[in-house]
Amino acid sequence: MKNNDTSRRDFLAAALLAGVAAGCSSNNPFAPGDNAIKASGEMVKLLSVDGEVIEVDKAFLKPIPDMPTVTNSEERIGIAGKKFVMVIDLARCKNVGACKAACNHAHHLNPGQNWIKIHAMEEAEHTAPYWEPTTCMHCDEPPCVKVCPVDATFKREDGIVLIDSNRCIGCRFCMAACPYSTRVFNWNEPVLEKEIAEKPYSCETSMPQKIGTVSKCDFCPDMARKGELPHCVSACPNGVFFFGDMNEDSVTNGAETFRFSELVKDKAGYRLMEDLGTKPRVYYLPPVNRNFPFESGLEKDTTEKK
Amino acid sequence: MKNLTPLTADIITNNLVPQRFGKRGMIWTGVLVAFCVVGAYAYFLQLKNGLGVTAMRDYVSWGIYISNFVFFVAISLVGSLITAVFRLANVKWSTPLTRIAEIIAVSAIVFASLIIVVDMGRPERLFNLFIYGRLQSPIMWDVIVITTYLFISLLLLFFPLLPDLKILIKRKELSVKSLGKFYSFLGSFWKGTRLQEKLNKRAVNILCVTIIPVAFCIHTVTSWLFATTYRPGWDSTNFGAYFISGAFLVGAGAVVVAMYIFRKAYTLERYITELHFDKMGRIVVLLALLYLYFNVNEYLIPAFKMKNSEEAHLTDLFAGTFAPLFWFAIFTGMLVPIFILLFKRGRRPLPAFIAGILVVVGAWFKRYLIVTPTLLHPFLPMTDVPENFKHYFPTWQEWAIALGSLAGALLIITFFARIFPIIPIQETINEQHETVAK
Ligand code: SF4
Ligand code: SF4
Repeated sequence: MKNNDTSRRDFLAAALLAGVAAGCSSNNPFAPGDNAIKASGEMVKLLSVDGEVIEVDKAFLKPIPDMPTVTNSEERIGIAGKKFVMVIDLARCKNVGACKAACNHAHHLNPGQNWIKIHAMEEAEHTAPYWEPTTCMHCDEPPCVKVCPVDATFKREDGIVLIDSNRCIGCRFCMAACPYSTRVFNWNEPVLEKEIAEKPYSCETSMPQKIGTVSKCDFCPDMARKGELPHCVSACPNGVFFFGDMNEDSVTNGAETFRFSELVKDKAGYRLMEDLGTKPRVYYLPPVNRNFPFESGLEKDTTEKK
Repeated sequence: MKNLTPLTADIITNNLVPQRFGKRGMIWTGVLVAFCVVGAYAYFLQLKNGLGVTAMRDYVSWGIYISNFVFFVAISLVGSLITAVFRLANVKWSTPLTRIAEIIAVSAIVFASLIIVVDMGRPERLFNLFIYGRLQSPIMWDVIVITTYLFISLLLLFFPLLPDLKILIKRKELSVKSLGKFYSFLGSFWKGTRLQEKLNKRAVNILCVTIIPVAFCIHTVTSWLFATTYRPGWDSTNFGAYFISGAFLVGAGAVVVAMYIFRKAYTLERYITELHFDKMGRIVVLLALLYLYFNVNEYLIPAFKMKNSEEAHLTDLFAGTFAPLFWFAIFTGMLVPIFILLFKRGRRPLPAFIAGILVVVGAWFKRYLIVTPTLLHPFLPMTDVPENFKHYFPTWQEWAIALGSLAGALLIITFFARIFPIIPIQETINEQHETVAK
């Protein structure tokens, strides 16, 4: 019952927001949204922002699709009680690139932009090469956040590092500071479908991308709010990516679920560039007992050769 | 030289009041304005189309705008060296050079601030720095210290100018009418009373003391923009001192160049003498040696260890794609000028001028080498980016803007010298009296 109640309230609040937004778009803030609309006489009850119940004529409510469900300040705090974490199993990766494609598609990235990069790695001359997908590490000591002069890139309580493209001044200091080279800049006006371009910007969807601002992997908090997995996790045919909550101590790739602490312990998980002290939230499982030979992924390799 | 008529106050004033542009001055100004116009047009294109018009991309995310910025900040440090350090140390011979140094400082710091705005992806959001500014970001430190430095430098330019303004106001016949009004606006409150002089002297002394730490701050903080990151080539505890020594060097070089040009253009041989070139030449040698010392620390110690992360960067500089530029910068920026200026004959005006130009040109490329090569050697290999992201060569827009900003700085100096006496008149007269009295 309690649950029902809150969801109804949420709906009412959202509807109110919608009405207010419609009102704001006309020149006269005191005129009802659109003068052509006649009052229908049917009143609906709404919860105002200060918690009062008010009545508004139904005809004046204009539903706005995709109003961000959370405010900017909520986006800056994060999802309560969560500590998101990712585990990437290198033993399963063969550079299929489905993660990258799904991510690019879901976030409407422009050609040449990739939030996920799949590197061909080889530690030393005689050691085995392997494929290493990288996302934003959502560092717990994020160098990018330290250097941002305007708090446009910020760390949330649920561990996620996000970017506010409405605030970013495009100084690119964060790009220089990130040791994982994960940040991508919008050098040109992003080419977007009209429908995407017109949406209000949300830090959680990272859309629509804006010219002159920076972007990167966002751990898909919009999906997490819906209780779904990030796009890369569900797209990977080999189950390389595991996503989950450290507080619940569980991670899943959709098909398999593990206790995070056990998985990382059993498989000797590690983090990239531990010596820098950035404390990433992305863990890697070493490429041992591999499912595929390294060569099977060479076709799509784009890694710069030294 | 010796048997010239002695310098009286009248002769000094007549010699030093700002002169009209001659034909050459007109051409010089015209060329500078042309560069600025082209630069402004390039910036207009950048505003219209975004930073995509530059060659910067995700890996090389800072290019010649930032190296130009570092160059400007570096050169602006000279104001504090010549004006403040020398004044406090009671160095007398530097009097005719103080205003040259100070106007170089002001124009450079103005363009440093402008070029950093040019580099921003969203310049219209500049005000966000004041609304949402977070103090732990080195960029905020830079904003604060650069603004402070600009204001102190302006005051340090203005206060010693007051007695000269009085002379200019008095001698109306020497200047254009509209300029006369401007002078009165700036300096008519100055009557030259004892009290005023005393206050002015105190103020200048206080400013001289404060500008030295602020000057150290601006360039140290600028070096921290790099040193606070993890990248090979930037992750160095040597960076603050390395930047400051380099800054004093390029500033001193620029003063030598400016001395030579003003001396020629305004026939100031009796004020900027061979002695000045000799002394400045010695200073440049000293500073070049100091900078060389920090360069040895900066490159040879990592090269001795050749850590994995540093190796690609260092070999690229020493023997790779950046090698020609790297050695060019080391030789023209330090070794050759040291060699020229070590000899007494090398410290005569013309060779010293050439050495000064080498120092400045070498320094500009040195800044480029500090910024860009590092970005081409990230920790993880460059992957999943278009081919052109893996190289950097500035586009014409970037060159036009960088050259336009350099021209703009020169333009400020040129106009300043047209409006105000570039060599302090009153101080020169006072010193002349003192030497005669002796
Ligand atoms: S990986 Fe880079 S962008 Fe992501 S949180 Fe760490 S420093 Fe910031
Ligand atoms: S580019 Fe944007 S997010 Fe990055 S440091 Fe600058 S203002 Fe912050």
